[in-house]
Amino acid sequence: MKNRYLKNVATLKLNSDQCRGCGRCLEVCPHNVFIIEDRKSVILDKDRCMECGACVKNCPFNAIEVKPGVGCAYAIIMGWLTGTEPSCDCSGGSGDSCC
Amino acid sequence: MEISNRELKIIQTSAELTFNDKLGTWKARWGINRMNFKVEPGLYSVGKPDSNSPVLVSANYKMSFDSLRKELMEVNAWILVLDTKGVNVWCAAGKGTFGTQELLNRMAIVQLEKVVSHRTVIVPQLGAPGISAHEVTKFSGFKVVYGPVRAKDLQEFLKSGMKATSEMRRVKFTAYDRLVLTPIELVGTSKVSLMIFGVLFLLNLLGLGPFGIVDFYAYIGAVIIGCVLTPVLLPWIPGSPFAWKGWLLGFIWAVTVNILNGWNGWTAVPQYSILRALGYIFIMPPVSAYLAMNFTGSSTFTSFSGVLKEMRKAVPAIIISIVLGIVLILVDSFIKL
Repeated sequence: MKNRYLKNVATLKLNSDQCRGCGRCLEVCPHNVFIIEDRKSVILDKDRCMECGACVKNCPFNAIEVKPGVGCAYAIIMGWLTGTEPSCDCSGGSGDSCC
Repeated sequence: MEISNRELKIIQTSAELTFNDKLGTWKARWGINRMNFKVEPGLYSVGKPDSNSPVLVSANYKMSFDSLRKELMEVNAWILVLDTKGVNVWCAAGKGTFGTQELLNRMAIVQLEKVVSHRTVIVPQLGAPGISAHEVTKFSGFKVVYGPVRAKDLQEFLKSGMKATSEMRRVKFTAYDRLVLTPIELVGTSKVSLMIFGVLFLLNLLGLGPFGIVDFYAYIGAVIIGCVLTPVLLPWIPGSPFAWKGWLLGFIWAVTVNILNGWNGWTAVPQYSILRALGYIFIMPPVSAYLAMNFTGSSTFTSFSGVLKEMRKAVPAIIISIVLGIVLILVDSFIKL
């Protein structure tokens, strides 16, 4: 059974003018979002994107954009309560649950 | 100019996990000493590596380090452990502590260029959100090869000349993967649960009860549904928001509790009434929903944008529903005073 999440929310964008088809994004993506077509990377299924940012960080040509963030409700609640950016701060010694 | 000759420091380790290693993993799964389950950052040797042996990069969370080295039976390799403050590879990569900067620093500290003659480091694929492979190469001359997602595929990856199959590159989230994450979710709720029991006890003392065994098992059931059952059954529960999935199972539970306790007054729980039954319907499902929603942080496929969208609807609904439920139950108690 496949795990699927909400549709049409991921902020992933690919600028194919800048893409040289090196394939790094296919290599680092944990959810098989990209595919190479005509020597360029294209987004095969955006709804599988979890916005981890691996592709952006490893694209040598800055062709990919995404707003990376933690997909963690607890982190977002803590962000709301403390008025800071949600971050995965399970390790801070203060938090005792989460990732 | 004189180049100082620092001593190479290599720590020996093995592919064999001891009883204490395994106990440590089990304890971390239950939240015991989890934030301090660390190994020292630096360069480790497994087997009898030489200057041609592969360099595998890992995090200094001991569970990450152990799950890597236990897959290295009969392999000669170097393990370069980054200082990720005791956080696993994927989470640390998201935070940036498993990052380009730390990798470059650590390679310089251990003088990796003196230890190996080749110029390649194998970084776990899930470290990629923190590492910029081309920048590592630019600043150090070392090429980054992304290894498989799971350490158990490493031997095959190495044998095939550092080629990962597309299967090795996919993150999975099997029922077992989800199950092992549930103890920490349960432990995380224990403090709040104790506080709730304390408040109910006080209400009993004030004569606003009685809160008893029914409330206890109704609540515990809702917690187990949110923290264990929903995560384990995740892909089979209809709908996609986690909060919805938790709410649905929690609703079934609340109805079950009400039927068991005499929705129509056919069993012998005297304080049971329609207001109380409604109260349960308003309280139990959102409790499960909230806890299920928190499992997004443990899941491997939820995006920030998705979780935010889900929460904007779920959080107000959860609060309103619980408040309504509490009001109903308190009104019920006052009527009976």
